[in-house]
Amino acid sequence: MSEAAKVIEAEARRDVRNRWLLSMPALLIILLAAVGPLLIVVVYSFLTPGPYGDVQWQPTLSGWINVFLERDIFDETLSLADAHISIFVRSVWLSLVTTVLTLLVGFPTAYFIATRPDNSRELWLFLITIPFWTNLLIRTFAILQIIRNEGLINNIMIKLGLFASPVQMLFTDGAILTGMVYVYLPLMVLPLYASMEKLDFRLLEAGYDLYATPFQVLRRIIVPLVKPGIIAGSILVFIPALGAYVTPSILGGGKNLMLGNLIELQFGQGRNWPLGAALSITLMLIVMVALLFYVRNAKGSGAKHG
Amino acid sequence: MARQFSVRRQTGFTAIAMICFFALYLPIGVLVIYAFNAGTSLSVWEGFSLRWFVKAFENQQVIEASIRSLQIAVVAALVATAAATMAALATTRTEPYRGLTLKYAFINQPLMIPEIVTAVALLIFFSRIKVWTGYSGLGYLIAAHTAFCIPFAYLPIRARLENMDLTLERAAADLYATPWKTFRYVTLPLLWPGILAGLMLAFVISLDDVVITEFVKSAGQDTLPTYMLGQLRRAITPEMNAISTLFLLLSICIVTVFFFVNKKRI
Amino acid sequence: MADLNAVEIRNVSKIFGFGEFAFAAVNDTSVAIRQNEFFTLLGPSGCGKTTLLRLIAGFEFPTSGEILLNGENIAAMPPFKRPVNTVFQSYALFPHMTVAENIGFGLQMLGRPKAEIQARVAEMLKLVRMEELRGRRTSQISGGQQQRVALARALAPQPKVLLLDEPLSALDYKLRKDMQIELKRLQAETGITFIFVTHDQEEALTMSDRVAVMSAGRILQVGSPREIYDAPTDRFVADFIGETNFLKGRVVSAANGVADVDTGVAGRIAAALPQGFAPDGEVTVVLRPEHAMLCAPEAAGECQMTGTLENVVYFGTDTHYHVLLSDGVTPFTLREQNKPLQAARFAQGDKVGISLEANAARVLRN
Repeated sequence: MSEAAKVIEAEARRDVRNRWLLSMPALLIILLAAVGPLLIVVVYSFLTPGPYGDVQWQPTLSGWINVFLERDIFDETLSLADAHISIFVRSVWLSLVTTVLTLLVGFPTAYFIATRPDNSRELWLFLITIPFWTNLLIRTFAILQIIRNEGLINNIMIKLGLFASPVQMLFTDGAILTGMVYVYLPLMVLPLYASMEKLDFRLLEAGYDLYATPFQVLRRIIVPLVKPGIIAGSILVFIPALGAYVTPSILGGGKNLMLGNLIELQFGQGRNWPLGAALSITLMLIVMVALLFYVRNAKGSGAKHG
Repeated sequence: MARQFSVRRQTGFTAIAMICFFALYLPIGVLVIYAFNAGTSLSVWEGFSLRWFVKAFENQQVIEASIRSLQIAVVAALVATAAATMAALATTRTEPYRGLTLKYAFINQPLMIPEIVTAVALLIFFSRIKVWTGYSGLGYLIAAHTAFCIPFAYLPIRARLENMDLTLERAAADLYATPWKTFRYVTLPLLWPGILAGLMLAFVISLDDVVITEFVKSAGQDTLPTYMLGQLRRAITPEMNAISTLFLLLSICIVTVFFFVNKKRI
Repeated sequence: MADLNAVEIRNVSKIFGFGEFAFAAVNDTSVAIRQNEFFTLLGPSGCGKTTLLRLIAGFEFPTSGEILLNGENIAAMPPFKRPVNTVFQSYALFPHMTVAENIGFGLQMLGRPKAEIQARVAEMLKLVRMEELRGRRTSQISGGQQQRVALARALAPQPKVLLLDEPLSALDYKLRKDMQIELKRLQAETGITFIFVTHDQEEALTMSDRVAVMSAGRILQVGSPREIYDAPTDRFVADFIGETNFLKGRVVSAANGVADVDTGVAGRIAAALPQGFAPDGEVTVVLRPEHAMLCAPEAAGECQMTGTLENVVYFGTDTHYHVLLSDGVTPFTLREQNKPLQAARFAQGDKVGISLEANAARVLRN
């Protein structure tokens, strides 16, 4: 190798090394306080629950078994843990519906913002960002106030004579759904907007020039070109929704549990840390599957990244 | 005559958007209005009063929790932003090298996993350390917050870095600036709005966090959100409205500053 | 019954903005474009030619006036109902579709059966010679290829009128020349009315059946390339197209469409009058540089005008002579084709005479 080539290669190696050094602090912090602990969770999922919470250092599979199955206390037979299964189903189902609803409402909203003239667009972005930065608790609390028996909706309906007595809306699956859609809506709008901002509106003109109706333009031109935003938004809603804990806790009460609540239970009253650990890992696996789906879809689209 | 054709218009989109904005702000609006309610009910208006704000300001627990929130948020945001800045410099504007994608995934990991999983993991991990060392101060919370704040600080800094014009740094090098000087006099000033944005984002994210804090905290270590969560599970008073309103005000201030910082793009 | 005009613009205005910021992109303009013609809108940027095109396509609506397509008023029709297709300046090819899908898009939107669409797409691909690239994504082909796809896409639905918005401006010289010939051939073959927008006068003159010269929202003159060049009636047209000499003078007499104009320093010139124009005071006469000749130095006194040679510029094919006429103020440019191996006849500073070709001078309306 020539002298020059050797120097260049040394430089390149030094550059890579510097980059590793620079990223060390971030990587270390995350390793210690985010990724590392996950490995410990895996370990704990194979241990035995202790009498007052925490664990005893005895390996067992009972944590994992209890995720989906339960042991009858009388005759020790294993059967499907209906309670757990229904919680899993409810969690996935509610998360999917939340994603779809936020998409249906968020898409026109993002489009609206993206088609505003430059000077007012900042204002609309500002307006959609404020709920996004408002504390999750506050937003959930706000919905609580609206749908309670003495809340806004019931009050108005009774005043208007449409309801005879307060309709129970709180502590239902519907309440959780409403809360989650409300909380995650900005998370859907923002990536959608990011994609739409880059849309070349001259392509819409071309579509119209070639006899496409407005609906056809939407379906054949806008949606395919905005697909990266749709996928990003869906992921940003689905994953947190799946692991939601605060919202179902406040709006669902103790009856309608989602996966997050079930997990929390094991570290509280349930005192079954290994089960909680196993459930957490299960949740994570479901999420990884969803992410894999995203990565494959994002690569397969072939269009420019939004 | 029928409405004039517009290339950008889609039927019903504006209507839905308007409903969306209305629906987003209505609950918050109601909440704020009732914070000024003179009565104790959360739904019957009995006149204007500031009593709940006064009560909130006198509530010892609220004050303690708020201070703790701020302490954690300030430290976590600063450390996270510093780490994120370095990480951003390390991972952008370079040919892909071995481990780059892994690093990128690592840094953004907190974003890709539901909070509760991380919360559980930290609960387990820190409880073990608590048993070994006996330490149970704010350190765990600060560490946890710093970790999940890093990706939030990282993203705007990275975005700004990628959009920066490389030729400016080359010009500096051409004019005899060492790498450090180039960084200090050219890169850093241009990067500054991104860093500020990252800092503010990290700060708010830390302030707002509920789930991880709830799991990781020891008894008596409430932050404002966890205090509110506790209250919400027990008795709900209009005092909650007042606290929420103040919190909301803080968020709005920060968002406004954030917008102005972003506008000032050199 | 006379053939309906393909497109008729009647007193169309398009005003953007309002109040003190209002400006008329198209200002009370009228023009009729015939069937099966290659019609060009020519003008500098900002003259309103693109706006006029967009008005015909349906992306803008006239503030006042009517637009007729084959006799039918289409002013209220949205673009997807007009049988008019556009080749956009930026091509606007759909990046998420292949070449073939792009070309077939219009027919798909019209609901034609699959077989018909496939056949037509194949036909179009053959027409623009892009058969091998049919499966490619449009972001993966060159600029010239993109241009041809855009053309094929607009022609596939067999529109009554094809609008082309400066489609060749992004191409390099050789490619542009080739495409000009190609476009001309396509227009003749398909018989579709082409309305072509450009700021390049050479393009306009070489390709068009008729040219409309636009400036500041108005059409100043419409005519065949020859008419526009040889017989400009408007100062702007005369100035914009090619090079021109302007001579001010006074009409002495006028008869049979020819005026006898006394231009002072340039003597008496017989200049053709525009139709229906019968001035009797001050006028401006225009003369193209190639219609003037330098007199032999010996006979300088007998030429139409005399002056001093300020500058000689050699252009390869011809030589430009910049003369300052004998009044010391009026400039005059001549162009003479170079003969092989001819030595320079005149040098800077020489006193020269200029004579004019007969029937070359014209009177302007303004």
